[in-house]
Amino acid sequence: MLTGTCVTTVRDWGLLRWDLAWERQLEFVELRKSGAISDQLIIVEHPHVVTMGRNGHAENLLAQPEVLERSGISFYETDRGGDVTYHGPGQIVGYPILDLREWKRDVHAYVRALEQVIIDALAGFGIAAGREAGATGVWTDAGKIAAIGVHISRWVTSHGFALNVDTDLNYFRYIVPCGLTRPVTSMRSLGCQAERGEVVAALIRNFGRVFERQMETL
Amino acid sequence: MIDVVMPQMGESIVEGTLTKWLKKPGETVGRDEPLFEISTDKVDTEIPSPAAGVLAEVLIEEGKTVGINTIVARINDGASEPAAAPQPRQAEPPAPPTPAPPAPPPPAPVAEADGTPVPVATVVEETAGPLSPLVRKMARENNIDLSQVKGTGAGNRITKQDLETYLASKAAPQQRQAEPPAPQTQAPAPPPPPQAVATIPQTVEVPSPVTSPPRVGEAPGTRVEPMSMMRQSIAKHMVFSKQTSAHVTTVHKVDFTRVAKARDKAKGNVQAQYGFSLTFLPFVLKATCVALRQFPILNASIDGTNIIYYRDINLGIAVALENGLIVPVIRNADEKSVIGLQRSVADLAARARSRHLRPEEVQGGTFSITNFGSFGSVFATPVINQPQVAILGVGTIEKTPVVIDDAIAIRSIAYLALTFDHRLIDGALADQFTAKVKAILEGWAEEIS
Repeated sequence: MLTGTCVTTVRDWGLLRWDLAWERQLEFVELRKSGAISDQLIIVEHPHVVTMGRNGHAENLLAQPEVLERSGISFYETDRGGDVTYHGPGQIVGYPILDLREWKRDVHAYVRALEQVIIDALAGFGIAAGREAGATGVWTDAGKIAAIGVHISRWVTSHGFALNVDTDLNYFRYIVPCGLTRPVTSMRSLGCQAERGEVVAALIRNFGRVFERQMETL
Repeated sequence: MIDVVMPQMGESIVEGTLTKWLKKPGETVGRDEPLFEISTDKVDTEIPSPAAGVLAEVLIEEGKTVGINTIVARINDGASEPAAAPQPRQAEPPAPPTPAPPAPPPPAPVAEADGTPVPVATVVEETAGPLSPLVRKMARENNIDLSQVKGTGAGNRITKQDLETYLASKAAPQQRQAEPPAPQTQAPAPPPPPQAVATIPQTVEVPSPVTSPPRVGEAPGTRVEPMSMMRQSIAKHMVFSKQTSAHVTTVHKVDFTRVAKARDKAKGNVQAQYGFSLTFLPFVLKATCVALRQFPILNASIDGTNIIYYRDINLGIAVALENGLIVPVIRNADEKSVIGLQRSVADLAARARSRHLRPEEVQGGTFSITNFGSFGSVFATPVINQPQVAILGVGTIEKTPVVIDDAIAIRSIAYLALTFDHRLIDGALADQFTAKVKAILEGWAEEIS
């Protein structure tokens, strides 16, 4: 280990319901705040779920929660930043639980860094992605490929990013009003055949590089 | 009293949106206990209280975006005795008349205790927190009942300027009528002074000093509010449509008398049998479907240099929502009866308003109808719902005297306004189409049952 390099523990929770993952996440946040654990990067995949951030606009939810439930999609309101989003199979969801005081006390820099991790990981698979001014997330010519929404309490982060690997993009229609917002895309629909495991590995690698961390997988 | 300010959550961050108060005025709060939440760029942050005490007042309401270091609340920490006048730093008149951009951030969240604004209250200022010594002195000297003064400062507080305006209006109510200013008894009534420097940035959206250009219309009484996502979508779509299509509107006058008779005859039955009321709209939809079959180019889209003709007739029906507009679609509308169309309209409109529409119900429209007549409009020039090529607007139906065979008769008249994309449809064709709709409606013979 290099001297002065922080260790970030990586945990893969596999397929886990969003609400259960959130509960666990909160435990980790409290532990991190108390200093009981080091920084964490949690990787998870959720069954179909639509969540609405604190700044969410009800108009962006096209179907009522009951309608979603009937279609097998759970619905939750959360405390993360950002609007309505969808998670589901084929998506890599990452929840970094970091104490930003040990990195930079800058929430914008943190969001830009998360974007960089994803952009660099995608580049490794031959996908050209980048940022769009005023639209946090990672974008390709074909649309948004990764979403970001973060909550910070006493400089400890929760929630994080969601990268579409081979997500069924039809599910995003439940949160697109009038079909007027910009399209979403996935690695698979851009012709990339990479497996989930490879992409997770690339994200972890790039996370370590961008945040200058030693990544320790449990 | 401890001032709580909008914190700076990063180097490049100049403002934040206060999304939620986690404490109410009057509640006690512990040091470092979460007090409010802010949002910047997809990041929501809980802000802990800088001190223990009672949340005395909240100056910025939820949803407002303010510059960093704007005072958002005050906490009574019990240390400073409320009745005691804060040090009269304020009394030194701030000399430079430059309107203050939010000053470079002082480092600590506590350090900003010198704002002019005072709470809206009577002279019993202690109940509502400290008054600025300057305002207090002015009020005393001029014998002002502060409850009579309208505050325009942060949190509707009374500023020095408010007092001056109040004094001026009292002393010389006529003064503003361009007469030369008569000598005044009490108040010196200076012209509204340049913004006092030390005033806290007004409650509302401070133009961020770095990035955004100064906003227009920040005069007192204006209000800035972010658009909802739906509003933004509508805005984009409308401009996109205007930029895409060559909009032309043609208006035909239509005699609805026969339709009105058919409707009157069936109305009671429909209500009794189906439980919804029969309006004029499904008659227009029916006539439109027939005309679209005859003029398929109006049921089409442009794709580059190709024309896409749709087999199905899927009618979009514009539905006004409380703060927006949505256009749910009746699929295969031509296969439905007048009653079936009425049922679809009622159902889609109700579910649009309660946000129960399914995604596929707002997609795939091939032609749209907007019923602005229901709001009393006689005719309007609707905007085409892209990628469609025409939209029919229905004006309000009114009994009107008309000349028929040199006699004056009372008929139910409405204007139908067809906006069409002149890239694809020429005026003559558009008028033939509208004339067809008109002919069907005017010659309505079908019984509704």
